[in-house]
Amino acid sequence: MDQSLLDKPSHAEIREEVAKLCARFPGEYWRKLDQARGYPTEFVAALTEAGYLAALIPEEYGGAGLPLSAAAAILETIHEAGCNAAACHAQMYIMGTILRHGSAAQKQRYLPKIASGELRLQAFGVTEPTSGTDTTSLRTFARREGDRYIVNGQKVWTSRAEHSDLMLLLARTTPKEQIRSRTEGLSAFIVDMRQALGQGLTIRPIRTMMNHNSTEVFFDNMAVAADNLIGDEGRGFRYILDGMNAERLLIASESIGDAKWFTRRSVDYAKERIVFGRPIGQNQGVQFPIARAYAQMRAAELLVHEGLARFEAGLHCGEQANMAKMLGAEAAWAAAEACVQTHGGFGFAEEYDVERKFREARLYQVAPISTNLVLSYVAEHVLGLPRSY
Amino acid sequence: MPAAPIKVLVPVKRVVDYNVKVRVRADGSGVETAGVKMSMNPFDEIAVEEAVRLKEKGVAGEIVAVSLGVAQCAETIRTALAMGADRGILVETDAALEPLAVAKLLTAIAAREQPGLILLGKQAIDDDMNATGQMLAALLGWPQGTFASKLTLEGDTATVTREVDGGLETVALNLPAVVTSDLRLNEPRYASLPNIMKARKKPIETVKPADLGVDPAPRLTVVKVAEPPRRQAGAKVGSVAELVQKLRQEAKVI
Ligand SMILES: Cc1cc2nc3c(=O)[nH]c(=O)nc-3n(C[C@H](O)[C@H](O)[C@H](O)COP(=O)(O)OP(=O)(O)OC[C@H]3O[C@@H](n4cnc5c(N)ncnc54)[C@H](O)[C@@H]3O)c2cc1C
Repeated sequence: MDQSLLDKPSHAEIREEVAKLCARFPGEYWRKLDQARGYPTEFVAALTEAGYLAALIPEEYGGAGLPLSAAAAILETIHEAGCNAAACHAQMYIMGTILRHGSAAQKQRYLPKIASGELRLQAFGVTEPTSGTDTTSLRTFARREGDRYIVNGQKVWTSRAEHSDLMLLLARTTPKEQIRSRTEGLSAFIVDMRQALGQGLTIRPIRTMMNHNSTEVFFDNMAVAADNLIGDEGRGFRYILDGMNAERLLIASESIGDAKWFTRRSVDYAKERIVFGRPIGQNQGVQFPIARAYAQMRAAELLVHEGLARFEAGLHCGEQANMAKMLGAEAAWAAAEACVQTHGGFGFAEEYDVERKFREARLYQVAPISTNLVLSYVAEHVLGLPRSY
Repeated sequence: MPAAPIKVLVPVKRVVDYNVKVRVRADGSGVETAGVKMSMNPFDEIAVEEAVRLKEKGVAGEIVAVSLGVAQCAETIRTALAMGADRGILVETDAALEPLAVAKLLTAIAAREQPGLILLGKQAIDDDMNATGQMLAALLGWPQGTFASKLTLEGDTATVTREVDGGLETVALNLPAVVTSDLRLNEPRYASLPNIMKARKKPIETVKPADLGVDPAPRLTVVKVAEPPRRQAGAKVGSVAELVQKLRQEAKVI
């Protein structure tokens, strides 16, 4: 699998060492967790201790101060190795909101501890049951009372809330009727969940078709110190949006890694499995779906790399990041589908890990943003069609 | 404990990654390496790990990683530097290197560096020669402890537990010495991100075989490289009686 001339491989040594780390967490490890819906504590600890989750945190706060492409290389490699970064990827992009918009005191207080692993920033509370994709209609309300805010409301699909110390929370601070623009009136907070748990914060796990540690979170007069407001009140939506391109590119990288894992499994199996006296991979009917998914993956990968290059050059990359996320997720799904089909009955056997990865890979066409919303973005912002929502 | 921590030289070889299913070139001249993932020889990784552990215990001082071969061997040195080696030497050549040439080049490096210990893999997983360490010890006139599963340094002595056919043999060697690592010596670490970053700044010196006064030209001729014959599918037997009958009449082994 050669790289093209346009596209140089990046961070080869990092990929190499991350792959070695991942080799200690084989399919068996993930299978057991999947059955128990358990959190990969040891895997996340290994990544943290080796400094990978602090890749993007500046050196002055104890991180490696690397560009986004390094984080993309780390996450892609984890998925290519058959592991799952969903247990800890959020830290990589949530942290950016604190970094770009947090006060000097907030950065000093949180970033070094996040870098060392002492504090886990893995929970991102945006989605709500009643507003869904329409984020600016969210209802969770934070009311100012002296030097604190009192929060009431509910979030859903808050991943990893039970395995995180901090949550980045988006809540309304001005009632919807009183705002001039749709994007105003929301504020971003750092919630210390260790203190809030049982003091107005309740977390309930949601069982899903894959092991994702999803939860719903309830706020009942939960107090948050006013010090924990990020930036200006009412500008939270912009601060969150600001990190979306990084998030899209990182999720796309995970999908690329998934696609590579599926394709490698498909190719290996198609060469080995003998039916009718020859390898099944000798039949075009078996080859073509695998080859097509590979082509889709390479196209998405080029777009991921273009998006990363633009992001790192400080250029607009919304178009690339959104399209890369969509095409990456679709390529992973095509590769997953081909992999199950290539494996025949064995594609359904837990022991092969294919069915587990198949379930895991499906998510990225829905979260963190669904394909329709990516297309709406491209239609409106890239092609100039009327806004549809 | 030795008076001063000793310098350790660790030769590291770039080989086809152990996960890659090797394929023989169509013309039978060797194994296909174009477009194939290359990594550090796993036994050399064990040697680097052991050197780093000796350093962490305070018995080893500077660790110098040496690789011999094409320019990309610098990547293999970087891996050693990320694991904890201090600096690297690349002996750059496009020649196909045989164990004797490597041993001669390493002898010349040892003369310059004066290490107290040379720690290398017992063999490389590409051509499985299992010769370089032994040849190197002979050329240097140093004692050797091959197939090490345990290594301790005390004073001027290295104590090496060797994995031999009959069991374990323990030898004491006077330093300087050559030790080759076996599989069970340790489990090599993966590098942390901060150490990968530090490794980028560590120096790698490049020298040519001619600078060391060695002619690395091959002395062996490869006649042919071939794939092992494909395994035939097995047969299922219905009963012990049938098995015995087949072993007797078809396989003719009983
Ligand atoms: C496993 C998992 C983990 C998650 N983790 C988090 C997390 O950590 N934090 C967090 O905040 N959220 C999280 N989410 C939420 C995720 O971001 C949302 O599920 C996603 O944005 C879609 O919102 P929704 O589920 O409310 O779907 P809806 O908004 O109800 O949409 C349903 C469907 O309708 C389509 N649709 C809606 N409006 C339009 C339109 N105008 N035009 C065309 N199509 C439309 C959507 O594309 C979608 O296919 C997670 C979700 C899952 C499943």
